[in-house]
Amino acid sequence: MMDSSAIGIIFSNMHDDYMGELTNHRTMASIPFGGRYRLVDFALSNMVNSGIQEVGVITKSNYQSLMDHLGSGREWDLARKRGGLCLLPPYASAGSTGVYRGRLDALANIIGYIQRSSAKYVVISDCDVVANIDLKKVIRCHAESGAQITLLYSQQAVTADVSHDITLLEMDVNNRVCDVRINPMASGVQNVYMDIAVIEKELLEKIIMDGRSRNQLSFRRDVLVAQKDKINICAYEFDKYIVRINNLNSYYEANMSLLHADIRSELFPPLRPVRTKVRDEVPVKYGLAAKVTNSLLADGCIIEGEVENSILFRGVKVGRGAKIKNCILMQGTVIGDGASMDYVVADKDVTVRDTRTLMGYVTYPLYIAKGSMV
Amino acid sequence: MLLAGGQGSRLYTLTKNLAKPALPYGGKYRIIDFPLSNCVNSGIDTVGVLTQYQPLVLNEYIGSGQPWDLDRQDGGVFVLPPYQKSSGSDWYKGTANAIYQNTPFIERYDPEYVLILSGDHVYKMDYARMLEYHKERGADCTIAVLEVSMEEASRFGIMNCEPDGRVYEFEEKPKQPKSNLASMGIYIFTWKKLKEYMEADAKDSGSSNDFGKNIIPNMLAAGEKMYAYSFSGYWKDVGTIDSLWEANMDLLNPYVPLSLYDPAWKIYSRNPVMPPHYTGVNALVQNSMVTEGCVIDGEVDFSVLFAGVIIEEGAEVRDSIIMPGTVIRKGAVVEYSIVAENSVIGEGAKVGSRPEETSDKSKWGIAVIGSHIKVGDGAVIPPKAMVERDVPEQEVLAL
Repeated sequence: MMDSSAIGIIFSNMHDDYMGELTNHRTMASIPFGGRYRLVDFALSNMVNSGIQEVGVITKSNYQSLMDHLGSGREWDLARKRGGLCLLPPYASAGSTGVYRGRLDALANIIGYIQRSSAKYVVISDCDVVANIDLKKVIRCHAESGAQITLLYSQQAVTADVSHDITLLEMDVNNRVCDVRINPMASGVQNVYMDIAVIEKELLEKIIMDGRSRNQLSFRRDVLVAQKDKINICAYEFDKYIVRINNLNSYYEANMSLLHADIRSELFPPLRPVRTKVRDEVPVKYGLAAKVTNSLLADGCIIEGEVENSILFRGVKVGRGAKIKNCILMQGTVIGDGASMDYVVADKDVTVRDTRTLMGYVTYPLYIAKGSMV
Repeated sequence: MLLAGGQGSRLYTLTKNLAKPALPYGGKYRIIDFPLSNCVNSGIDTVGVLTQYQPLVLNEYIGSGQPWDLDRQDGGVFVLPPYQKSSGSDWYKGTANAIYQNTPFIERYDPEYVLILSGDHVYKMDYARMLEYHKERGADCTIAVLEVSMEEASRFGIMNCEPDGRVYEFEEKPKQPKSNLASMGIYIFTWKKLKEYMEADAKDSGSSNDFGKNIIPNMLAAGEKMYAYSFSGYWKDVGTIDSLWEANMDLLNPYVPLSLYDPAWKIYSRNPVMPPHYTGVNALVQNSMVTEGCVIDGEVDFSVLFAGVIIEEGAEVRDSIIMPGTVIRKGAVVEYSIVAENSVIGEGAKVGSRPEETSDKSKWGIAVIGSHIKVGDGAVIPPKAMVERDVPEQEVLAL
């Protein structure tokens, strides 16, 4: 039987800088998404649903909320004696370089964790992508192709204003990666690297040690760009629904895309469920005058008013006569009677008092910081 | 010790494949979540669940006890079915016998007191306070009681008490009740005393080995100290179709004192892994409870929907309970009904009806569709029906 065992490594802090206030109090990985999830749930569930039973989550800063969310990893079936979930903060071992400055640097700090694993492959992943990916298929394809590294990419239309924080790939006829460009000036449909890759563990260990000896910090720059001719890097196209979150606007749009039935069924197939922390909330209670259309509601909400085209996280309360339109209301938001909101993203535990009116615009949703009182 | 072996025969098809404590309730719970959560919230960390009738669903549901925080190194939750012994084997013959057969389990923990619960009731109660009451009075047995109306009293086991709460008489379903304090089936015994009485009871071949019929009367006759502990709050036995329906509807009534939202007294359950529920562009949902995994594009009023229920465009669901995974197709109308798990109500079908639509009230009642049933397109299911097999398209079942 082919050995397709793999260990997962998740980078929780990459892309934090692009998310503005959403990452003031949390990591990219713990940004709330889709009513009851956090972004890390997708990366973690993809791994677990693909048979990966050993996952390390690399953290850098601001990781209180992430620790709280992941706990022992039980919800992902990762509370294990063998393998399971392991949180990997900086400063954790002697000889660590402290707060790391790139993926390669971070990997060098956890080299011991990787070496201890008996898996054949390593799957590395960021948390900026929302997709339901069968990594088993990717690993199988990787093994069959004879590649040393397989990069996942999707075809996506790129415009100049979203081409920051993006890596583009070019492949030759044999699907081998022949060009890697980081944050280039580009437009049109491109092969966009998803920051998810499969690597032979032995090779990764060598790359990490090599990188450390040369004081190299960046996986993309110092490995993918610099060594593409030396290492056999192949590409794997992911052609199902995918959305990349790299600023408040794309965060808003990604959430709103869940209002489409076909997207929901691609993201949440019953056989590959997205797992998340259980909070034992009561089912949603719709009141006498509730009027809810085209919205996604997580448990624990109490709805007395009107809700349209919105995503409501767990435990949101909407008062009588309140009108909520095109909003994302995170966990514990309380909207007073008669309040009116349009294009608003309310972070956790925001209180909007009775009859307040708040409006953003479709291309500029109004963000209200965690715990604010309006 | 949680008695969870009850068949619930008056729930007919709903308890065909599962014990009464495993019945789905309130959108995401099963009845047993209430006593289990009460235990944990009261600080009880060792719970035996006695199963007998159709234990499969219950076993699977309880599992390691993790959802209730009862996966412990020390104690935790244990499912206790009847088992074979070197000197023969017995089913649990009565409530007291079930406990008696598990004496070795109880003695492993060397307890001072034992709390006996039933897995059939919906209520929130702090057992720690009841134990406090039991200890203060140096009682041998304390029974939780609820004030019911005098008319209802003849349906219950009634405690006749001194003003200080001491019980001097117990009457099972009395025709002429002397008091309105009904036993809730919640007992605290001083373990040594209970063991004594269970041993004597086991030797009595004429006994039905039941707490209400044998142990309690015997203890009273011998003059043991028995007290009634008054409980005021919501309590509901879900033993019949009507009471199961009412108990669910009570959750929609703001005047019913059963709050599930108290963060200090959460009701825990095994949560399905499903996305938030989606309410569509054509939906109108009011006065209802809806949980994760549902997709609603029809009209829902005064109803409780469980996980993964689908209500298609133009379908109407009123005053009904729709259990997990059931699909109500386009244009179907479901009123005053309970539809069990994973069934399908076909397009344009009609299930149940409003009471005012039936002139002969004796013919009206809650319609029940069993689990994994297909009701064909256009079929008509009258009120009070009990559907246990598929119904072909356009078939009109007789009232």
